[in-house]
Amino acid sequence: MAENKENESSRRNFLRVGLGVGAAAVAGAMSTKLLAKDDKPETGKGEKVKVLTTDGKLIEIDAEQVGLARKKDIYISRDEARQGIPNRKFVMVIDLAKCKNARKCVEACQEGHKLPKEHEWMKVYMMQDSDDAAPYWFPKPCFHCDNPLCASVCPVGATYKRSDGIVLVDTERCIGCKFCMTGCPYSARVFHWKDPEVKAEPGSKYSPELNVPPREGTVSKCIFCPDKLRKGELPRCAEACPMGVIYFGDLIEDVVTNGVETVRFSDLIRDRAGYRHLESLGTQPSVYYLPPVARLFPVDRGYDGLKPNIKERFKDVPYVISKEKKQ
Amino acid sequence: MSSYTTEGLLTEFAPQLARPSKNWITWFVFFLLLFVFGMYGLYTQLTKGHIVTGMRDNVVWGIYIVNFIFFMGVSYAGALLSGVLHLFKTSWRKPIIRMTELITMVSLIIGPVFILFCIGRFERLPYLIIFPRIQSPIVWDVIAISTDLVGCFIFIYLSFLEDMAHLRDNAEALNLSPWRRKLYKYLAIGYTATPIQKKLLYFSRNVMAAMIIAIAIIVYSVLAWIFGVTLQPGWHSTIFGPYFVIAAVYSGTGVLLVLMWVFRRIYHLENYIKKQHFVNVGVLLFIIGAFYGYFTFSDYLTKWYGSARMDKLLIDKLFRNYYWLFIFSNYVGVLLPMIIIAFRRLRTINNISFGALITILALWVNRYLIVVPTLETPYLPIQDTRLDWVRYSGTWVEWSLTFAGIAVFCLLFMIISKLVPIIAVSEMVESDEYVVEDDVESLLS
Repeated sequence: MAENKENESSRRNFLRVGLGVGAAAVAGAMSTKLLAKDDKPETGKGEKVKVLTTDGKLIEIDAEQVGLARKKDIYISRDEARQGIPNRKFVMVIDLAKCKNARKCVEACQEGHKLPKEHEWMKVYMMQDSDDAAPYWFPKPCFHCDNPLCASVCPVGATYKRSDGIVLVDTERCIGCKFCMTGCPYSARVFHWKDPEVKAEPGSKYSPELNVPPREGTVSKCIFCPDKLRKGELPRCAEACPMGVIYFGDLIEDVVTNGVETVRFSDLIRDRAGYRHLESLGTQPSVYYLPPVARLFPVDRGYDGLKPNIKERFKDVPYVISKEKKQ
Repeated sequence: MSSYTTEGLLTEFAPQLARPSKNWITWFVFFLLLFVFGMYGLYTQLTKGHIVTGMRDNVVWGIYIVNFIFFMGVSYAGALLSGVLHLFKTSWRKPIIRMTELITMVSLIIGPVFILFCIGRFERLPYLIIFPRIQSPIVWDVIAISTDLVGCFIFIYLSFLEDMAHLRDNAEALNLSPWRRKLYKYLAIGYTATPIQKKLLYFSRNVMAAMIIAIAIIVYSVLAWIFGVTLQPGWHSTIFGPYFVIAAVYSGTGVLLVLMWVFRRIYHLENYIKKQHFVNVGVLLFIIGAFYGYFTFSDYLTKWYGSARMDKLLIDKLFRNYYWLFIFSNYVGVLLPMIIIAFRRLRTINNISFGALITILALWVNRYLIVVPTLETPYLPIQDTRLDWVRYSGTWVEWSLTFAGIAVFCLLFMIISKLVPIIAVSEMVESDEYVVEDDVESLLS
């Protein structure tokens, strides 16, 4: 057991460093850019660390570089935000067997992106595929499809697919035609129907990677928190989930983590029969689901304690109808 | 040969162009008030945001888009009809072809404006030209509609040209006011019906007539593909292009019949627009209605019979929440006009016009049933407690702008009918046997 834990923690460190390297590479690119501008001397002093690269080589780099990449917020301009983080292909795995609808992901997301309360980038559905099928909780972010209809139909290139798989919206470009919203088959997008009344922090500049503040008359959606990814951290929803439902990682490194355990993505998908929602539509989502088998909690655990206004959302689910009838 | 003369017709139609009557002014003020109310609605939307409309995150397109499709459809129908009537030299077209052309122009001015109401960031509209992505069907539509605008205006201007010249030449006899004389002289751009001018005009009108038929079909298909290319249940249909075109012609023919009825009444054109015209256009309505009914049936039958999950949800919704609207638009709207025209005893001018009015309403509802229920039926169920988020209903702002659109349609018709005779004089006097003796190229050289 103890060995197991140790094993896990070393794996976690491995992944952290792994993500760190990627981020460091970006930061490196960034800092050379900055250097060119600021003429700042190279930070080539002090501690070196050994890190493992994606192709399995052990290399030594500046410790500060990793630290810099991890901790500091880097401003990513609108143009840079179109490029994507190099050598990354982000992927999310949501373990439906663990979800008990704690809604911490929703709250963390709204908090982090300064969303008005009526807007949820992350939504938690109670799904029941047919009357006799078992209900289950279904957290749904944007799927960051590899064949994104939203980006295809956008007339001005306000929403776009990046090299790292992330689909972003530039709300300074968006004209608000809402064609992407009709294009998306997963209802992932929200529209700001009125002034969200969120002010930008003084001095901060708009970046599609954070998408704060939300703007009236434009579309927004889950963005996989690239601002956190650049620091080698998990997206806000994955970080906030108390049950470790949401795994996030990199398809190229073939590794995902929920912050507690780190696993090989392909193993996880193979062993747990991972699938993508509505695969038949051909949108090629970057979000995978693990089926709700051998569940940690009965579905009621996520329902009974809910606030009435949230509870009411699920009134049309067959399971809830029969449950309310019994009472 | 035609038995009408230019001078005779102009003298007869002169009262139409004279000072507006009391009735005319009353209606004008009425429509103006509707328009002003719509502008107040627009002001509300601009100041308070789109939250004042009934649109929410699921139903992101509402009455505005319905109106857009509707007016564009009426416009394409006008273009298609006037193109066909012109090219085939149908002799009964003469008294009604100007109305058809005006329908094209007037609704083409109104239609695209409704898109602007629907767009979240008005002021970023130039981005469509600065940062266009040709992959997007909206950009196809921008290109298509602007092509259509240019094409239709050229076609209509050419068909007005001879009458402008006639009005300029007969200004004395008609006792026209100085500003009108200036206007007609300006618009007639020196046309004096020399043989070369005549032949050039004849040739270019034929070319434009053929072109706007093609443009109308392509442009309206592009509009249909905005819906067709998405994966939404009910929209993702290969039949949508032709279906939209047929539906457009059906509603446009209805508008034509109603306008014929209105103008015949207010300008006493009983000698020109006769029952035969109503019957002829009615037969056209019958044929197109049959096609429309067939397309509708075909589309829904295949969806219903196969019963894919989303199609079933959509059709259940149509028959549960939209039952009467569905019955009205797809049964009454098809069968009633057809029955009226099919039976000789029912085939009166008033009945045909009534049937046409039902057609127009039914087709508006048809577009509503295409846009809204589909958006209320997303792949992931709508789990929301906010009623307006679950079901769409238009607010007063959207309705005020809708009525403003109709008001502008009427206002423009009222104004234009004061500037040119609503019956094309040049068409009436034109001989049916007119042929081009020389080819135009030799004339140009």
